[in-house]
Amino acid sequence: MHLAEGILSGPVLLGGAVLAAVGTGIGLRKIDQERLMTTALLSAAFFVASLVHVPVGPGSVHLLLNGLMALLLGWGCVPAILVALVLQAVFFQFGGFTVLGVNVVIIAGAGLLGSCMFRSRLADAKGRAVAAFMAGFLSVALAALFMAVALVTTNQNFLVTARVVFVAHLPVMVVEGAITMFVVGFLAKVQPEILGLDGSLIKKEE
Amino acid sequence: MDFENFSAGTSIMHAADVRLKLIGALFFSVVVALCHSLSGAGLALLIGLVLLAGARLAPLQVARRLLLVNLFLLFFWGTLPFSAAGPAFDFGLLHISQAGVRLATLVTLKTNAIIMVFLALVATSSMVAIGHGLAALRLPNRLCVLLLFTYRYIFVLQQEYQRLRRAALLRGFVPATSLHTYRTYGNLLGMTLVKSWQRGIRVQQAMQLRGFQGRFYLLTPPAVRGRDWLLFVLLLTAASAVAVTELTSRAGGCP
Repeated sequence: MHLAEGILSGPVLLGGAVLAAVGTGIGLRKIDQERLMTTALLSAAFFVASLVHVPVGPGSVHLLLNGLMALLLGWGCVPAILVALVLQAVFFQFGGFTVLGVNVVIIAGAGLLGSCMFRSRLADAKGRAVAAFMAGFLSVALAALFMAVALVTTNQNFLVTARVVFVAHLPVMVVEGAITMFVVGFLAKVQPEILGLDGSLIKKEE
Repeated sequence: MDFENFSAGTSIMHAADVRLKLIGALFFSVVVALCHSLSGAGLALLIGLVLLAGARLAPLQVARRLLLVNLFLLFFWGTLPFSAAGPAFDFGLLHISQAGVRLATLVTLKTNAIIMVFLALVATSSMVAIGHGLAALRLPNRLCVLLLFTYRYIFVLQQEYQRLRRAALLRGFVPATSLHTYRTYGNLLGMTLVKSWQRGIRVQQAMQLRGFQGRFYLLTPPAVRGRDWLLFVLLLTAASAVAVTELTSRAGGCP
């Protein structure tokens, strides 16, 4: 889920860059020296996960997992996603410098917003599955919405394109919700510390 | 997986200083991204082609990358000409909007121009060089360390994930559109995350033990040579030429 270079207008690009810079600043402050390596490793794991194609009907979708990243890393997901996007740009030329900020806002901003309501509910074993599903679902839905908004603010003529973008992501939302739910369930059983459920090894978010 | 296909080579683009290449590419991308005129975007595409030729990359691989990006752009060609407002070319039932075709053409020119410059200037450096270059350009040090360590472990985790996936396939897992498939992928990814997290803690401890202060020290500080500056000045001139073309066509009111 990226926008390529050369599509959006100057003000949209600038707005995205400013928001992404602020978010990255906050995120970097939250990642202290002790958590730098775990953040880097999780970021690498998410990069690998984003290359996985999951079958849906006759086709397949590739995962975004921005909701899961925000659940695990909090604000730290902004620099982590920025790094992943830089790597994708250098490796595959998906996106580039000017659109980087907007793409960070689309993915990380949507992840933070989509999962913020559900992060505290993961501790409760009963509502965990629903909360994780909703976080995954909403994060992709918001990302598609942000992308549509970026397109329409650039040029009114992108309206139909933006609608198609949103509708095309409907199946992705459901798949992301399901995968996020199963990953969170697995982590809660195997290594609850990653979710911050047993705060002995990682510090709780202030 | 084909990572970093373009970073090895001996062309002028490969040899140039990574910091100047990054600044030049950024400047050029910003100018092109702000273009509204077809003439400005067209000139940018020409410059992109020249730079790409200067990098002497494997043509087939470059073509594949450009093809992928243009497939994404087909999506705009599939919607814009039929949806945009304004005067239209009429072919019986089909109304093709002029503004839509123009917008799709503009986007295609700009996207390809920026990608070509990016391929020629940025993809010709290794990720490690880019990470150190960004740090030298005063980006937050923690961000650059994060970038370098993420890059370092992508390959390791990719292998870990593939090992788990192969094990699942050997045990008769056939991916389909089913809850079972999603649960299996959830478990595979969850296990990859657990492994990455545990490895992160071990790497953290190992680095701490070796006195890591969150900063890399380079034994050979990168030096900028005369021809690097020449390339840089040429880049800035090319970007300015695009800007001038853009401004004159805006002032003249032609497309």
